[in-house]
Amino acid sequence: MKSARGQKRLNSFLINGGLALLVIIWLIPVFGLLVSSFRERFAIQTSGWWSIFPHREWQVVRTIDPKVLNLDASGPMSVEATIATFEQLREGVETPGGLRLQWVGNRRLGTIEVQQQVWVMNIDFTLDNYKQVWGGKDFEYKRPDGTVEIIPGDDFSVAVFNSLAVSIPATVIPILIAAFAAYGFAWMSFPGRKGLFIMVIALLVVPLQIALVPILRDYSKLGLNGTFLAIWLAHTGFGLPLATYLLFNYISTLPRETLESAFIDGASHFTVFIRLILPLSVPALASFAIFQFLWVWNDYLVALIFLGSDPNLQVVTMRLANIVGDRGQDWHLLTAGAFLTMILPLAVFFSLQRYFVRGMMAGSVKG
Amino acid sequence: MQYYEKRAEHKPMSTGAKVIAFVLRLALAIIIPLIAFYVLYQGFLFLRGGDAPKGVVTVVAVIWGVGGVALLYWIFNWLVELLPSDWTARLQPFVFVGPAIAILVWYLALPTVRNFWISLFGRDGPPPVSFNMLLTNPAEFFSLIAASTVGLTNYVAVFTDRGMREAFRNNIVFWIMIATPLTVAMGLLVAVLADRSKYEKVAKSLIFLPMAISFVGASVIWNFVYEVKPVALPQIGLLNAIVVALGGQPHAWPAYTDIAPWNNLFLVVIVIWLQAGYSMVLFSAAIKGVPEEIIEAARVDGAKEVQIFFKIIVPQIMGTIITVTTTVVIFTLKIFDVVWVMTGGQFGTDVIATQFYRQSFIARNAGYGAAIAIVLLIAVIPVMLYNLKQFREGQAF
Repeated sequence: MKSARGQKRLNSFLINGGLALLVIIWLIPVFGLLVSSFRERFAIQTSGWWSIFPHREWQVVRTIDPKVLNLDASGPMSVEATIATFEQLREGVETPGGLRLQWVGNRRLGTIEVQQQVWVMNIDFTLDNYKQVWGGKDFEYKRPDGTVEIIPGDDFSVAVFNSLAVSIPATVIPILIAAFAAYGFAWMSFPGRKGLFIMVIALLVVPLQIALVPILRDYSKLGLNGTFLAIWLAHTGFGLPLATYLLFNYISTLPRETLESAFIDGASHFTVFIRLILPLSVPALASFAIFQFLWVWNDYLVALIFLGSDPNLQVVTMRLANIVGDRGQDWHLLTAGAFLTMILPLAVFFSLQRYFVRGMMAGSVKG
Repeated sequence: MQYYEKRAEHKPMSTGAKVIAFVLRLALAIIIPLIAFYVLYQGFLFLRGGDAPKGVVTVVAVIWGVGGVALLYWIFNWLVELLPSDWTARLQPFVFVGPAIAILVWYLALPTVRNFWISLFGRDGPPPVSFNMLLTNPAEFFSLIAASTVGLTNYVAVFTDRGMREAFRNNIVFWIMIATPLTVAMGLLVAVLADRSKYEKVAKSLIFLPMAISFVGASVIWNFVYEVKPVALPQIGLLNAIVVALGGQPHAWPAYTDIAPWNNLFLVVIVIWLQAGYSMVLFSAAIKGVPEEIIEAARVDGAKEVQIFFKIIVPQIMGTIITVTTTVVIFTLKIFDVVWVMTGGQFGTDVIATQFYRQSFIARNAGYGAAIAIVLLIAVIPVMLYNLKQFREGQAF
């Protein structure tokens, strides 16, 4: 009996341990990004983000001028009770006393640093990266050696507003259109009803790549390229099959009696739809809304093609991808910028997780 | 006024009153939509001008876009309800369903045909002939088309070009045969572990978290993990720091062509990281549906946990495994953002969707790009047919 309980405890340990390991592996990349976005530009470039954790580092205690000690760099030298050649000193030599000696500079004019190993945590966090990526101005940097460097910032604020102006209508419009259509399919009879619904289902998995070139041609004829209307309509078109299908599944299962009593009271289809169906469908609407909102907010390809390269209209994903392309080494901008693009989706994710999961599960087949 | 109201209440209207009422209605029916369209058009011009502060533009855009669509529905419905009731009944469904169908046809159904048409021509696409000519002067029409069509040449090129062969190899070998099973397996593993743990909720939501991140954001995250510095400097990317600590050489891994084509695996990792959450959620729900009694009975009979998993749980959730696999296959077939942002399709990492983008929008080779899009479409047709079959069998319609 005792061994069975031991076995059980071991099992639970293995399960929770394995799970914890996976979760940590999953989170490390995000955590590294988050930490780095608060680190100083120079610190990001010169040390790994994990140096925020306590670790041992060599720090200079004092420096020795070899000339004062009359050392000859061409042969073995005796410093701090240690004998080493110039080449060894260049690499760094540890003394029996736990210190490290390192030759800095060239053979003739260099000095020897005496270093001691100490526990440190590099936790000088700053909000500068966010200010720079958000504000768009030039920023002056003082390097540790005293020189000043001017670094252009980025202008994420414009992109965030653009993303909102794209995402909100591109979420609400397809929902409205799909809800009307779902109601029509579920509760009205008209010729071609079944055929049209089969078309909706067939279009569920059509890859959106197929539409890009023809629609772009239409847009340039209509003068719609690079307008918000263009991208709303595009996202509406690509989101509609799924929205209609999901909302139909929900609306068609609403109790028939509720609707019939409303019709007997003389309500029109429009009134029933607005007053009765929409409020009753809130769970389904919310699930799809969250899915579509995140899809549009995170979309890169559709924005790239229909909004064009006008920096005034760029959405956050385009902006971020541009920094990757143009200034891929500016990690202080990239980390902060990436995190700015993630704040809103992550907030939605944590506050509306149940709807989010439902929407994602239903929506992942989207073309 | 009083006279009319009285008559309207008690007796049928006179012919004159009917005419006046009809004219008034007609006028309203024309004026209100006109005003609405005018207002919406002004909104469009305002937004296109784009001189206003960004915050104002955003608010106006949201109100104009959302309100405009609602307004249009309201107006069309109002117009239809003005009609005699049998006409209302006949036309109202089209007010409800019509806009959705029109948009679907314009944005998805027609483009499949138009894309196929474009794919039959060279770089510049079809010649600028109007289809009216087909009626007025068919001979001229066909001779113009015949003069510029390249037939199926683009399709031959799609399957023989070196770049496309590489894209097909990557899509099939790395994305479908490696990334997909690993995503599914990883999701299944987490789901099984989480199901037996008391920290299920926390663990699941953390594994699911990357689903909320854009592909571009994920690319930045992983670019940082793969970041490389010269050998003499400290490595700031996690992977190279580990490699160096273990005595290896730092490399820009996704661009490291010495190990080609295996550098694709560094992109595959990103997608597994992004998508495992999705497959985990579906498996988690499915595993909860496996009856507890069967598992208990097997335990009593002395079955090992591993046996229970492979002999009982896996067969029970086979349907979900197929669904998840299909979804991930479709997703990886169209993979674009990750590859485009990480490597731009260089270093032997090209995929079908990046080739499509490059041919269509950078090389401006319309016909060739369209042919690639058609190949993508053909690849998903089996799934489309399966969906339709499911729908016909489900028949609640």
